[in-house]
Amino acid sequence: MLARRAASFTRRSIKADSKRSGLRLAVSMLDLTTLEGADSPELARALAQRAIHPCPVRLDQPVPSVAAVCVYPRLVPVVREALAGSGVKTASVATSFPSGQAPLDARLAETDAAIAAGADEIDMVISRGAFLSGRFDEVAAEVRAVKEVCGDTHLKIILETGELATPDNIRRCADLVIEAVSAGRELADGEVFVKTSTGKISPAATMPSVLLLLEAVRDHFLATGVRIGVKPAGGIRQSKAALHMLVMVRETLGQAWLDPKLFRIGASSLLDDLVRQLLWTSRGHYAAMHDVAVT
Amino acid sequence: MGQSEAGTVVTAQGWEYSPAPERTRPKIDSEYGLFIGGEFRAPQTGRVFDTINPATGERLARIAEAGQDDVDAAMAAARAAGPKWARLKGRERGKYLFRLARRIQECSRELAVLETMDGGKPIRESRDVDLPLVAQHFFYHAGWADKLHWAFGGRNVKPRGVCGQIIPWNFPLLMAAWKLAPALACGNTVVLKPAETTSLTALHLAKLMQEIDLPPGVVNIVTGAGETGRMVASHPAVKKVAFTGSTDVGRKIMEELAPREIPLTLELGGKSANIVFADAPIEQAIEGVVDGIWFNQGHVCCAGSRLLVEESILESFVARLRDRMAQLRVGDPLDKNTDVGAINSGEQLRRIQSLVTAGQEEGAILHDVQSAPLPDKGFWFPPCFFTGVQPAHIVAREEIFGPVLAVMSFRTPEEAIRRANMTPYGLAAGIWTDKGSKIFEIASRMEAGIVWCNTYNQYDAASPFGGVKESGFGREGGLHGLRAYVQ
Repeated sequence: MLARRAASFTRRSIKADSKRSGLRLAVSMLDLTTLEGADSPELARALAQRAIHPCPVRLDQPVPSVAAVCVYPRLVPVVREALAGSGVKTASVATSFPSGQAPLDARLAETDAAIAAGADEIDMVISRGAFLSGRFDEVAAEVRAVKEVCGDTHLKIILETGELATPDNIRRCADLVIEAVSAGRELADGEVFVKTSTGKISPAATMPSVLLLLEAVRDHFLATGVRIGVKPAGGIRQSKAALHMLVMVRETLGQAWLDPKLFRIGASSLLDDLVRQLLWTSRGHYAAMHDVAVT
Repeated sequence: MGQSEAGTVVTAQGWEYSPAPERTRPKIDSEYGLFIGGEFRAPQTGRVFDTINPATGERLARIAEAGQDDVDAAMAAARAAGPKWARLKGRERGKYLFRLARRIQECSRELAVLETMDGGKPIRESRDVDLPLVAQHFFYHAGWADKLHWAFGGRNVKPRGVCGQIIPWNFPLLMAAWKLAPALACGNTVVLKPAETTSLTALHLAKLMQEIDLPPGVVNIVTGAGETGRMVASHPAVKKVAFTGSTDVGRKIMEELAPREIPLTLELGGKSANIVFADAPIEQAIEGVVDGIWFNQGHVCCAGSRLLVEESILESFVARLRDRMAQLRVGDPLDKNTDVGAINSGEQLRRIQSLVTAGQEEGAILHDVQSAPLPDKGFWFPPCFFTGVQPAHIVAREEIFGPVLAVMSFRTPEEAIRRANMTPYGLAAGIWTDKGSKIFEIASRMEAGIVWCNTYNQYDAASPFGGVKESGFGREGGLHGLRAYVQ
């Protein structure tokens, strides 16, 4: 039934105005990401430029900027400078991304360094090994420790749903980290996100795995009134897939979550397709790749 | 809306779905005759009646009303075609059925739209559920046509002869497929009587039968109301009767046939229970309950129209159900985003209204969160459910056949079993728990023809479907379904 429900969202027909506004909404929710060993400052600057002005062509309705640019800590200063004054946030992965296989002290130090370098948002990974072997307290403790280091800096907690493997695990893990990060703390709406994947493991942000996170977040909201954010990441390359995500958010969490403060999509190539689709809706034909991808 | 700034909401008033109407328009004739002996004929009664689109109230076409002479003619045609069709080698009969199945697939979009226009169900359902299952039933039974010898333990089986088949309006084409496919595969010939409000797809199916050169008389379709149905069921030429519909009519047919040795299959009403235990996968159970009662506007004989929830989770379950119900999109059945369409007829709408009013008068609490206004024209009833229902309440006992759910609670498994079985009906049941041992225990004690565990409304041509108690007898689908059509 989980797969069936998740698939039902892909059966919605999103056309005309709802498609146009949905595509723009998806752009505004993007965490434009590059997480490669070979990332250069030059590439990061180009990415930042694109984040601010995603569409090189002027449309009647301007295409909004994306929500954030997500990079490794080393590139945070470059990105922060390039984004200065634009409103686009600088996000940094930390805590020994993507595996989390480092001593907790080192992971906390990396988080601290990323924030010191100017990151507005931290994308952390949890110790999947600890979770899978049933050491739930260890996972809760590391999440609390990272949140402690973050202070008011927004935190996205990556579960790596592909490694958790089962729906039960994913839901339990989402409940666990939400509980851990909320304990003894008054969280603002969107101060904390749960995020599906690093993008380094397949499967990543599948519809069922995202639905499980949305349901966990909804139940937390019904119990506490606090809005946790959700970020699917990994494997979302087509506009259609992004629109399916928005449909699922709308029908599971409601309109309130259709806001970059509460829902993000982590992707690197999705923006190309979103912009091409937007150009198609205004011009009636597809744009060439060199028209849209200018990184 | 729309600023080129980060962190701002793009859609000021929220993100709404634009209308997404299905644009395919099948050709609908202004008038339809009776399909007898391979061709369409004007009725000897000279009478016609209107078939309307329940979503708009507009007339779609005029349908012939068959009288006794017409039914006699259809029976004669079926009897005349019988010996040759029965003698035909199984694999040849199978070819006809395969051909028909493929033709249905080719025309599936047109048929789905027609089904939606004539019956009011959402295009999403007719397109994604009804039509694929229709084709599957013909494919499945085409496969049996040359294997009947193996189906019945090596015995050589013979067809029964002329079958009288009467079908309801909730799944018009699918019910036609359920009835026709096994009868034809076994070598019988058929006189089929569709429901008066939904004859169109059966008549279009007749056109497909012409296209694939099905021998004349093998299938005959007589349209009309209950009286025509009675003529079909009680006709002396009939050697087998299959009926799907209400328990009241089923009872009358049984009385009529009591003095004669005519094998009968009855698939009648239901008041099926979904039982949700505290250890259930709650999200899945919600989906199952939603699908159970609001699929096809609740016009489903096996609809999970009673919900029994373990007391400890009742409050939170009802709250979630309410939220989920609010997500259902009610409206134009031809819109691809519509979840709940129009009520099939004015008569059915009045029945639902009177039962819901009775439920309120008896003190049950109605929950109805449909915010969008319903269309002015046509027949509409919003999805809803009752809490505070007592087992003696009318909404807990009577089959409503509409989008109305009765919610009750239980404390112990024994109480759940007792309450679930406390009905004259026995069609289906749903059990929701993550505990395997509990599933086996409860399932074995359900007085129901079909028990779904952690799912609901699953149909397959290979799986027998049918009820116990006042929900009827006999099975349709699978090996069990074939038995009724051979001797």
